[in-house]
Amino acid sequence: MTGGMYGGVIGFEAVTVTYEDAADPVLRDFSLAVEEGELCLVAGRTGVGKSTVLGAINGLVPHFTGGRLAGRVTVAGLDTRTAPPRELAHVVGVVGQDPLAGFVTDTVEDELAYTMEQLAVPPAAMRKRVEETLDLLGIAELRRRPLRTLSGGQQQRVAIGAALTAHPAVLVLDEPTSALDPTAAEDVLAAITRLVHDLGTTVVIAEHRLERVVQYADRLVLLTGSGTAVSGPPAEVLVDSPVAPPVVELGRLAGWSPLPLSVRDARRRAAPLRSTLADAVPPVPAPAPSDPTRGPVLAARDVVVRYGTVLAVREVDLDLPAGEVVALMGRNGSGKSSLLWALQGTGTRHSGSVSVGGVDPAQVPPHRARAHVGLVPQTPSDLLYLDTVGAECAQADIESEAAPGHCRALLDQLVPGIPDDHHPRDLSEGQRLALVLAIQLAAAPAVVLLDEPTRGLDYPGKARLRQLVRALAAEGRAVVLATHDVEFAAAAADRVVVMAEGEVIADGRTADVLVASPAFAPQVAKVLAPQPWLTVDQVAQALTGVRA
Amino acid sequence: MSRLPRALHPGAWWLWALGLATAASRTTNPLLLALIIAVAGLVVASRRGDAPWAFAFKFYLWAGLIVALSRVLFRVLFGGGDTGHVILWLPEIPLPGSFAGIHLLGPVSAEYLLAGLYDGLRLAAMLICVGAANALADPKRMLKAVPGALYEVGTAVVVALSVAPQLVESVLRVRRARRLRGGRQRGLRTLRGIAMPVLVDALDRSLALAAAMDSRGYGRGTGATRPVRLATGTLLVAGLLGICVGVYGLLDGTSPGWLGLPMLLLGLLVAGFGLPLAGRRVRRSVYRPDPWRLTETLVAASGLLPAAALVLTARVDPGNLYPSLDPLGWPGLPLGATLAVLVALLPAWLAPPPVSVLGPARAVAA
Repeated sequence: MTGGMYGGVIGFEAVTVTYEDAADPVLRDFSLAVEEGELCLVAGRTGVGKSTVLGAINGLVPHFTGGRLAGRVTVAGLDTRTAPPRELAHVVGVVGQDPLAGFVTDTVEDELAYTMEQLAVPPAAMRKRVEETLDLLGIAELRRRPLRTLSGGQQQRVAIGAALTAHPAVLVLDEPTSALDPTAAEDVLAAITRLVHDLGTTVVIAEHRLERVVQYADRLVLLTGSGTAVSGPPAEVLVDSPVAPPVVELGRLAGWSPLPLSVRDARRRAAPLRSTLADAVPPVPAPAPSDPTRGPVLAARDVVVRYGTVLAVREVDLDLPAGEVVALMGRNGSGKSSLLWALQGTGTRHSGSVSVGGVDPAQVPPHRARAHVGLVPQTPSDLLYLDTVGAECAQADIESEAAPGHCRALLDQLVPGIPDDHHPRDLSEGQRLALVLAIQLAAAPAVVLLDEPTRGLDYPGKARLRQLVRALAAEGRAVVLATHDVEFAAAAADRVVVMAEGEVIADGRTADVLVASPAFAPQVAKVLAPQPWLTVDQVAQALTGVRA
Repeated sequence: MSRLPRALHPGAWWLWALGLATAASRTTNPLLLALIIAVAGLVVASRRGDAPWAFAFKFYLWAGLIVALSRVLFRVLFGGGDTGHVILWLPEIPLPGSFAGIHLLGPVSAEYLLAGLYDGLRLAAMLICVGAANALADPKRMLKAVPGALYEVGTAVVVALSVAPQLVESVLRVRRARRLRGGRQRGLRTLRGIAMPVLVDALDRSLALAAAMDSRGYGRGTGATRPVRLATGTLLVAGLLGICVGVYGLLDGTSPGWLGLPMLLLGLLVAGFGLPLAGRRVRRSVYRPDPWRLTETLVAASGLLPAAALVLTARVDPGNLYPSLDPLGWPGLPLGATLAVLVALLPAWLAPPPVSVLGPARAVAA
């Protein structure tokens, strides 16, 4: 196999990609060589072209997406100019962001065999490879299950398996763990590292949550936003990267060099830091002044949600005081979303009571319910149906019986500078989330519920969201965040409620719940345990105190 | 002959079921029809798996019941059975002149009702036979068994089948989200509020699916010239049409004879030319193809035998297959036809037990 002139199994040679209707190229004069057997992590802020880099590897860019690609992309000696994606199927395996959307068949075994069928692999060899792949990814017991009945982590592993059975030299994964809870993400990452170490597969991953992946990466390609990239060993590239996991930020703060990439690296270096911090107390955001005579804004008692024979929420009690941010955590399917929808009044509630200032939101018409409790669902775009941002805002004012321009003003407070004439679909994830939040806030609800708000947000986006959430709480609203993102929960929440099998299994101050939990402890807590630090910001504040 | 649990070739189950349906189409004898339904039900009960589609059989039973009852109900509604033993006197509602010839209600005779019931029972039996095939053979495995030339059609069907539930899910999700905005639940504007996100969602999904299929090698190396494509396409479509018409002719005892078996054979012949021709340009393999073994042949034969027996009897001695309504009498149970139908019960023991979809290679307790 001969590579390009750069010698790697994947070679980008002075690649410039310009999409139709775009003024500037996404990638400009971009060169990259990925060696065989490397795990290459592609990172950068939202919209800098991570997906474009990934798509170009198997020729989806530009064969499928359109646009113009100048320069040359080679994979295992094949040039994507002459080979469309289908002719590269034996060389590059691709796993998309939403595994369910990419499934062609409907059972696990058939899905694993699909690519091989297209490649006309003989039946005997196919059978063997399917069995091997089932074992490799630990999904043998799922072999006959319909794909739709699998959990998110299982679906992701099946999608990886389906790409692997063709024995590709390169595996490309777009955000493989972004929708997964921490435990499921661990399973998927364990499978990926096994491929790299045992099979020598070259893996290219794009991922927002660097804290999950960066420790396994041999090379980090950091897209800078101007169409170019910095590429090299992760510890070097991360020195001045705008996106960095907490453990790296802690390393920067403590002045460690080379930077630690994993909790283990950092922990072995952190003894001096721990002794410096021994007497300091982690600063916590001051809770908003609450009036104890008023009681909680929302009080839920014995809430039960049931779908057929499945009990999604089992007799949950929850009080939400004004000015408090609550993070609702738990694995996929533990009942977080069902509880949020039941609290809002739109979702089913089999029994129990919810009271917001004496009103049960399920008993009043929808337009009144949203004036008490506002919910931003997991797919915020479900709420958007008009052509422009301006029209959506105007419609929200009518729906909320607010003065014209009210929603637009809220949006400008949240994220300034989104033009009125933009189509909601063209916004970034963060902007779209802000638009839907503004629409829901136009009704001035006392309780704001956000379901998985950090999906698709990069680190600066999450920092912005954290400020937003704190601001909402400071206005005296009660805020609930259902999230898998432990780092975000650690930084944003006053209180954490953990659910499992529809029940609340832990409820307490963020530090008390998160620090001791193996799955939900943020990186800083793991590095500085047993001291109860949660975020880099806390450490930074304490250090300035100690030094002063 | 191996008795280990495995999935029988779906074609065998379909041949068995169509044979049984053909047998049902050749008689109105309620005893024979009840026997056919019982045979189909017994085989389903003993040899279906635990996959979701296997539980559709009861819906076919209900559909059969509704068909039989509605045949009777229509006979009562549109009256006209005043000859013979009248058992029900209903006031006839006169209709204006332009509807002359159509009765509403009126006297109902036992003969007339029974004729409706027998006819409805026959339809129900045929429907239940098809239901049995659906419960016993995975409809998607059937698509897998189609020749390579029809692969694209098969893929389109599979994709369409998986899109439908996704679309329903999407509509429900957006409708629920719409309430979060306090939007109204009726009217044209609401429709737009639901249709827009659903369509956008569907479009995104189809694009993601198309990209995934492209990345995974769908449509690799199919370079056929236009005339060849045209010729194979014509042969295939004509052949399939012939097969469909032939099967219809075979099932409908009243259609002219040439519409049945001859048409079926002609269709098979034309498709037989087209399939290898079209299949030549397809380079693809099939994962775990269902083998056709002796058991498959026996199962298919056990369904085709009653069909042949009843078709022949209907020619030679139709008396017992179409019980007399004038004079009214108890239908007899013709020995030959009964034995022939009972042969179709053999797959309950002949066929291997099915494999569980829930666990790894576990047999469903048979």
